[in-house]
Amino acid sequence: MAKMTANETTAGKRGRHKMSRTLRSNLITFAIVIGFFVLMEILIATRVLTYSLRGQLVPICAYACMAISLNLVVGISGELSLGHAGFMSIGAFTGAILSVALANAISNEVVLLLVCMVIGGMMAGIFGFLIGIPVMRLHGDYLAIVTLAFGEIIKNILNNLYVGLDASGLHFSVVGTEQLGMSNGKVLLSGPKGAVSVNQISSFVIGILLVCVCLIIALNLIHSRSGRAIMAVRDNRIAAEACGINSTKYRMMAFVVSAVLAGMAGALYGLNYSSFIPSKFDFNNSIMILVFVVLGGIGSIRGGIIAAAVLTVLPEALRFLSTYRMLIYSIVLIAAMLITNTPQARNVLRNIRLRLKGSRGQRLATDVVSAHVADATNEANAEEDGADE
Amino acid sequence: MSEFKPRVKERRVDTKMVPLPSDVIVPERDVSETPVLECRHLGIDFGGLRAVQDFNLTVGHTEIAGLIGPNGAGKTTVFNLLTKVYQPTRGIIMLDGNDTAGMSVPKVNQAGIARTFQNIRLFSRLSVEDNVRIGLHNQIKCSMFDGILRTPRYFKSEKEMHERSLALLDVFDMADQANEVSGSLPYGAQRRLEIVRALATNPKLLLLDEPAAGMNPSETSDLMDNILKIRDKFQIAVMLIEHDMDLVMGICEGIAVLNYGKIIAKGTPEEIQNNPEVIEAYLGKQVEKPARTQADEAAEAVAPADGQGEE
Repeated sequence: MAKMTANETTAGKRGRHKMSRTLRSNLITFAIVIGFFVLMEILIATRVLTYSLRGQLVPICAYACMAISLNLVVGISGELSLGHAGFMSIGAFTGAILSVALANAISNEVVLLLVCMVIGGMMAGIFGFLIGIPVMRLHGDYLAIVTLAFGEIIKNILNNLYVGLDASGLHFSVVGTEQLGMSNGKVLLSGPKGAVSVNQISSFVIGILLVCVCLIIALNLIHSRSGRAIMAVRDNRIAAEACGINSTKYRMMAFVVSAVLAGMAGALYGLNYSSFIPSKFDFNNSIMILVFVVLGGIGSIRGGIIAAAVLTVLPEALRFLSTYRMLIYSIVLIAAMLITNTPQARNVLRNIRLRLKGSRGQRLATDVVSAHVADATNEANAEEDGADE
Repeated sequence: MSEFKPRVKERRVDTKMVPLPSDVIVPERDVSETPVLECRHLGIDFGGLRAVQDFNLTVGHTEIAGLIGPNGAGKTTVFNLLTKVYQPTRGIIMLDGNDTAGMSVPKVNQAGIARTFQNIRLFSRLSVEDNVRIGLHNQIKCSMFDGILRTPRYFKSEKEMHERSLALLDVFDMADQANEVSGSLPYGAQRRLEIVRALATNPKLLLLDEPAAGMNPSETSDLMDNILKIRDKFQIAVMLIEHDMDLVMGICEGIAVLNYGKIIAKGTPEEIQNNPEVIEAYLGKQVEKPARTQADEAAEAVAPADGQGEE
């Protein structure tokens, strides 16, 4: 940057230079997502991918969206939310109900899935807003504790919710399936047994599409007037208010947008299974999503996606270690956190980054986007590391 | 009174201050305009402590006003009252003829009061230009949906923000630092950026809390030029808290002196410099000085070793 200051003094040039930099960073993120999609499609076509790993593709997409979603709250808004799985479950269960209830009305599976995701997202957004009203009066640790509580409340409500569908429409109960009062209907939600008859309509293609949509929403929001206001409140609330920014409004905006994305991801996730239980979206799940964000670098959207993908696959990929699976998983987590935080390891990563930059400089700018798709994971990790300093 | 003699060139064009019927003075050029700020019987209590009491002050439409006083006198508390960080316990604040009662911090900024902080509060992780753009938040509007969907309005507003923020930075010769991370700027530049950001909110009254703190005489001298430049260019009033008497006496037209939460003197720089109460507040009572010195000397002459031991 220092060199640029000396060489280019005119304001216009510098402005354009900055735009191109954020644009390039965004394009790399999209390239990684598309590259991952192409790679997986090739592996599926050539039958290299095992069945169990194929089953992980939609969850990877869902958790990548969750990482983007939580990054809006943790990284951009600077608040710690420990109840994000709650929003995911609202989306998942809304999707599960709608996938059956609207199955007759909408015959096309893709359209049905999109409708389920949109409405699931909207429901999560409404709950995000309602929860946000008390939560946004708090800061820091207190906010984290209250979101944790709301996550658990949502889980427990769903644990006691019974929903059935018959010819006359939807029936709700909080007591049991008998109390639904249906003649010959279908039970959709059965309390602790969760969603018992889900229309499995999720697909990897739609999953990747959702990741791209979430990316567009998050990145566009960050680089807009509203996003700057959110970051201003994060960096210094008192100064932001002195600049005429309503801090509650913008913290709420980040929280609700994040909840909407989580709801959409939840719908995608839920509709991948024939049945799922509310306990799936418990505190551990919230923490896991937080681990994606922390490991990928707080505030780094790209890092979060990559961490989500790696950490979703890792338990599956380590299955051959059977008993030692979770041991290795935790060692990998600890190692990753240590490596990215020790000066020596950072230097090694920076050297790798500089070497990659050096070889890249000789190529045309357009090549940058398409290059390194195969080893995108390593490269992006290294690059993100430097960019975050 | 050697402390009050300016070491740097005095810039103040001798403004004639005229008294108004209600026991206030404003610059002659502002007499026909509504005063930008009128405080009447303003006060705040923190529990049993009366931090500020009976604060009456009028700032003319384009006046450069100074608020001085010893440490802990309540100067910053007054700024926090004016910007509604604290809601006053008593009294009213009129901004450009409108009562600001019940306004929140963002609202009072939108009404026309901008401020800088004693300890710098920049958005340190964002770029210099983004800091100014945040200042422009309420000047150029564009909704969240425009931003997410990248509508034409988004591009139009971003272009306008870019141009206006660079124009503002240019006033302080900072346009070429627009893309640097604000937290990494040198100290003086961070102070300047805070002023630019405050100016971006299009204020009628700019409050500067110790703008020259930590600056050397040449930087202070530049700052004085800049404050005058801002006033002339934007036609706004400036009110500043400052301990640097060169700056205060050099550019302020009306000065109020605060001690223990009360205004002890108001007037032109000359009047303040010769006001015995002000001298007392800053330097202690003059009449007691010779007596005490004699006593000390006598004590030291009798038992110098004891005197040291006691200390």
